[in-house]
Amino acid sequence: MTRSLILAGVGGQGTILASNILAQGLINQGYDVKMSEIHGMAQRGGSVNTQIRFGKKVYSPMIASGEADLILAFEKVEAVRYLNYLKPGGTLIVNDYEIYSTTVLTGQEKYPTDVLDKLKDTIENLFVIPAAKIAKDLGNIKAQNMVLLGAAVKALGIVVDTNWQDVIMAYLPERYHNVNIRAFKEGIEAV
Amino acid sequence: MKKILTGNEAIARGAYEAGCQVAAAYPGTPSTEILENMASYKEIYSQWSVNEKVALEVAGGAAIAGARALCAMKHVGLNVAADPLFTLAYTGINGGLVVVTADDPGLHSSQNEQDNRYYALHAKIPMLEPSDSQECLDYIKYAFQLSEDFDIPVLFRVTTRVCHSKSLVTLGQRQDVRVKEYKKDVKKYCMIPGFAKFRHPVLEKKLKKLRELSNESPLNQIIWGDRKIGIITSGISYQHAREVMGDNASYLKIGLSYPLPDKLIREFAQRVEKLYVVEENDPYIENFVKSLGLDCIGKDAFPICGELNPEIVQRVLVPEKEQKTYCVDVQVPARPPVLCAGCPHRGIFYALKKYKDAVVTGDIGCYSLGILPPLSVTDTLICMGAGISAGIGFEKAFLQGDKDTKVFGVIGDSTFFHSGITSLIDAVYNNSKLAIIILDNRTTAMTGHQENPGTGKTLDGDISPVIDIKEIVRAVGVKPENILVVDPYDLVQTQEAVDKAYEAVEPFVIIAKRPCALLKEVQKQRAKLKCAINQEKCTKCKVCLRLGCPAIAFKEGVMTIDETACNGCTLCMQVCRFGAIERMSK
Repeated sequence: MTRSLILAGVGGQGTILASNILAQGLINQGYDVKMSEIHGMAQRGGSVNTQIRFGKKVYSPMIASGEADLILAFEKVEAVRYLNYLKPGGTLIVNDYEIYSTTVLTGQEKYPTDVLDKLKDTIENLFVIPAAKIAKDLGNIKAQNMVLLGAAVKALGIVVDTNWQDVIMAYLPERYHNVNIRAFKEGIEAV
Repeated sequence: MKKILTGNEAIARGAYEAGCQVAAAYPGTPSTEILENMASYKEIYSQWSVNEKVALEVAGGAAIAGARALCAMKHVGLNVAADPLFTLAYTGINGGLVVVTADDPGLHSSQNEQDNRYYALHAKIPMLEPSDSQECLDYIKYAFQLSEDFDIPVLFRVTTRVCHSKSLVTLGQRQDVRVKEYKKDVKKYCMIPGFAKFRHPVLEKKLKKLRELSNESPLNQIIWGDRKIGIITSGISYQHAREVMGDNASYLKIGLSYPLPDKLIREFAQRVEKLYVVEENDPYIENFVKSLGLDCIGKDAFPICGELNPEIVQRVLVPEKEQKTYCVDVQVPARPPVLCAGCPHRGIFYALKKYKDAVVTGDIGCYSLGILPPLSVTDTLICMGAGISAGIGFEKAFLQGDKDTKVFGVIGDSTFFHSGITSLIDAVYNNSKLAIIILDNRTTAMTGHQENPGTGKTLDGDISPVIDIKEIVRAVGVKPENILVVDPYDLVQTQEAVDKAYEAVEPFVIIAKRPCALLKEVQKQRAKLKCAINQEKCTKCKVCLRLGCPAIAFKEGVMTIDETACNGCTLCMQVCRFGAIERMSK
């Protein structure tokens, strides 16, 4: 059976790197993997999302609404933006982190204050993770993507199927190995 | 060996394996990474050209000279390159020539969603459409062979989802191909009317043979499943349809989509009960199927506008299937792309805001974001070069209407080299009093920092002469006193230049020179430069918010600057009337 994941965040949060590592780990397990992302304008502080599908044989790289087994949201309102993709009973992992868009910064719109409460009321399989705080405490807030990756790997039940540490190291310069691997492990613990 | 590759990486790999020797392109989403990856293969000579027309002429010349050549561009780039394309169909080639067009259904990063499949029909050249990364690699090899077998350029049509999605690819070895011998043949390669009229029937003959080939090509194949529903499809649409229907339908998957396979389509149509055509954007296949007198369901059920996806396909083909999901009652704020913190374009747009009566014609690049609030200065955005030329038109129209509205034309550095120089000459030649602002951020930023003639480096990273924009402006006849070079981080200097340009009655050029804040070396240099709010002095007047800088926020009643995003450009400090923003050096 094909499983589908969405990684959603804001340009600059490292969603694409996390997606690449996740996809490579799945390939190492022998899955057929397809992954779809959008480049270009979105890089400039816009909303970004990557879709990953894996199974025995995958055709479309895109996910229909109500078909995602897991959504990994790097930012709170981004979780809501892509929520319609989540399958009934699917898992939602949310980074407890806010990034204001320019429409909020300039007062055209308000950043909603009750996102987490509303998600808690609605989603059975919800994990709220302070990934940014965990990464900051480890010494580099940019490693929040690895905290979230660890959480996703745990939620998907594929922690032991791949040597994730090796995959992470293959994608990052050596000086960042330590903090990112520690971040990944904390993510596993958080779920 | 299997590797996960994007379609663009696979196209580059396929060209490498096919023995491609020369490649040229102008960057444009979603095609940019094709040439970036070609450059990683040292056996191929790869270059950024100044625009798509030049790129295709370079590749076309290389092909006539005997090399296997590839040219890549986004869909609108083919409009620019259409001129050589149509005539290269007449001349034919010598070494294989493959022209990649990367279309953008859904306009993820484009000004329109034109369907370039019509170019194959219009220019009379064969077209291939891969549906995933493996096919990108395999079809490119096939494309070079087809090009040489039929002595014709081949159009290779991909879309954003094929270019930017990743799937597994089996890699092969590079084919040993030599640059063919070039023989002078003016009747074939010099398209004066007397020779060209004899090349047209030659082309028609090739097309006749290609029509036969299309019916037999392994790229056009029937995949039998349940015969109640038959689906004719190509490219990414095939993957969506197969995902939704699996074995519950039969498919005619079209990989060689010009000329379309008439016999195969008839055969398929006869053997299924209900025939659908699933394709993105225009009814290109559908119209052909109907011209054969066959009944099919296409755009009556599927949208012409926007991108297709499995969900849309499912709604049409399996309407009974319910899609359940979650919904929460939260108003999600929009998150449009914005000029980055420290973006050098911001200073110019802020200075232009003063002139509410002026018209600003814009162009293609990051600075298109000057359209959006809170800057909101740009009036038009059409295509590359129009930032200047449409401005000339505005000014002439206003004159005809007895109005002296000031017109500013805004264009980037790479875009200026692409199509702005001819427009600037037009402005000077026709005594326009257009004020032109060239935003020289020393790179092609929007597509991810490609080199251009102003950066002093080629695609390979080799040193090349830096082409000086100011010298070009002077050389085409703008008077030296009407040329100002400013630092857009200096608001006083920038505002003075814009004020002067506003008053000018002759062609006037401001060159705003400051490298893109995201360039690695700039980030390194400015890593420790930050601005911070002195909360005691801040009156919360929010003037700084009018800059639209994503680092400045008004959160929980307090004005803040995000120090991880700030690069110390000091624009906010310069607009603050209370001295409440201070520069810090960490």
